[in-house]
Amino acid sequence: MSGDQALSGAPPLPKAEPPVKASRLIMTLAFGGAFAGLLIASVYEKTLPTIQKYADSKIEGAVNEVLGKPFRLQTLYLVGEKLSATPPAGVELRAVTKAYVGFDAQDARVGVAVEAAEPGFADDVRLMVGFDPETSALTGFSVLGQKETPGLGDKIEKNEAFVSAFRGKVTPIKGTKNATSDGSTVQTITGATISSRTVIQIINHAVELWRPRLQAFDKEGVQ
Amino acid sequence: MNTPEKPTSPLFLDFWSGLSQNNPVFVQMLGLCPTMAVSNSLENGLAMGLATTFVLLCSSFLVSAVRHYIPSEVRLTSYILIIATFVTVADMVLAAGFPEISKALGPFIPLIVVNCIILGRAEAFAGKVGPLRALADAAGMGAGFTFALLLISGFRELLGSGSLLGYNVLGPRFEPWVFMVMPPGGFLTLGLIFLFMGWRMERDMRRAKEEKA
Repeated sequence: MSGDQALSGAPPLPKAEPPVKASRLIMTLAFGGAFAGLLIASVYEKTLPTIQKYADSKIEGAVNEVLGKPFRLQTLYLVGEKLSATPPAGVELRAVTKAYVGFDAQDARVGVAVEAAEPGFADDVRLMVGFDPETSALTGFSVLGQKETPGLGDKIEKNEAFVSAFRGKVTPIKGTKNATSDGSTVQTITGATISSRTVIQIINHAVELWRPRLQAFDKEGVQ
Repeated sequence: MNTPEKPTSPLFLDFWSGLSQNNPVFVQMLGLCPTMAVSNSLENGLAMGLATTFVLLCSSFLVSAVRHYIPSEVRLTSYILIIATFVTVADMVLAAGFPEISKALGPFIPLIVVNCIILGRAEAFAGKVGPLRALADAAGMGAGFTFALLLISGFRELLGSGSLLGYNVLGPRFEPWVFMVMPPGGFLTLGLIFLFMGWRMERDMRRAKEEKA
């Protein structure tokens, strides 16, 4: 190389560091990547049980909240379009859609809690919706996750009056801007129009979707 | 402003520079995106500051420790690999240990990877000096970033929610300035702080000039 340069008469290049072989670059990154992967995988394994336990406790808390601390809970698993009391075999239970049925001390059903999500003002709003499948009346709802505007949209979670107004209302629910005592109407929050409307919509859709499923399950149970 | 100080300066000066004359937010104006995004409550600001400090400490130390083994052609790639690894670790540890904070910070924890304070310090400082000085510098930059976040988020939470760390301090008769916890409040707060910094800098320069005369 340097001989060629001398022959061509070009001025000698400033002495640069000898080029690093490509294999060395690849080795460096491969080694680093392997080490990084190992570290991440081990931390993942260590933290996963805690993270899942928290998610489970969050769900359990929400179920108890919307059903008013039932005496006993039964979990139903959705297989295809049918509900079953026995968990499906060979499937990761965490990935199965579930309904939680609450019973009081006399073993009478107080309501059913299901998870539902729909896009709100920002990102999905996730709710736990509790209702009575016979009357379509709500027992309550609880926000599992939302990223609505702090101070405005997040009132769907923090405004006690709004949350408790849903208790006992019969779906389909309508929203109104004025105070109301109607059995199917709820007063929406000023400054959180879209977030309030989202909550109402999620609840209506959830009841609409789950009521037939639960009624089908009840019929099968009688037979 | 970003260049490392004389190699003879003691470790404390490396640390102090991040808190004062080289503060990452107020002077270098780096990492402004997370500063805006998570400074709507003191708790979020503190968590973000600590998570970033953790990543800064780990990555600066490692970058400095392996600086002789990394060919300069792949140094940025390697730095980002190191940073991303520690950010992922921090994300998972936060989700396991402090799920509520992790939920509130949402995507901004993974986004620490692209926080230019960290890559900036790796490239401008940690990759050129020994591990001890790299650690001192990372601690200083982390503390400076956390300090900046606390200042901004404290101000915003106080006026925007009437509370500090979730405890109501302004009483029930205070009507929260909701816009302070929304993005405009962040811009306004940061702008006011920059105004103050600029005014102070100008004053110092004027004084120095007068002393000379």
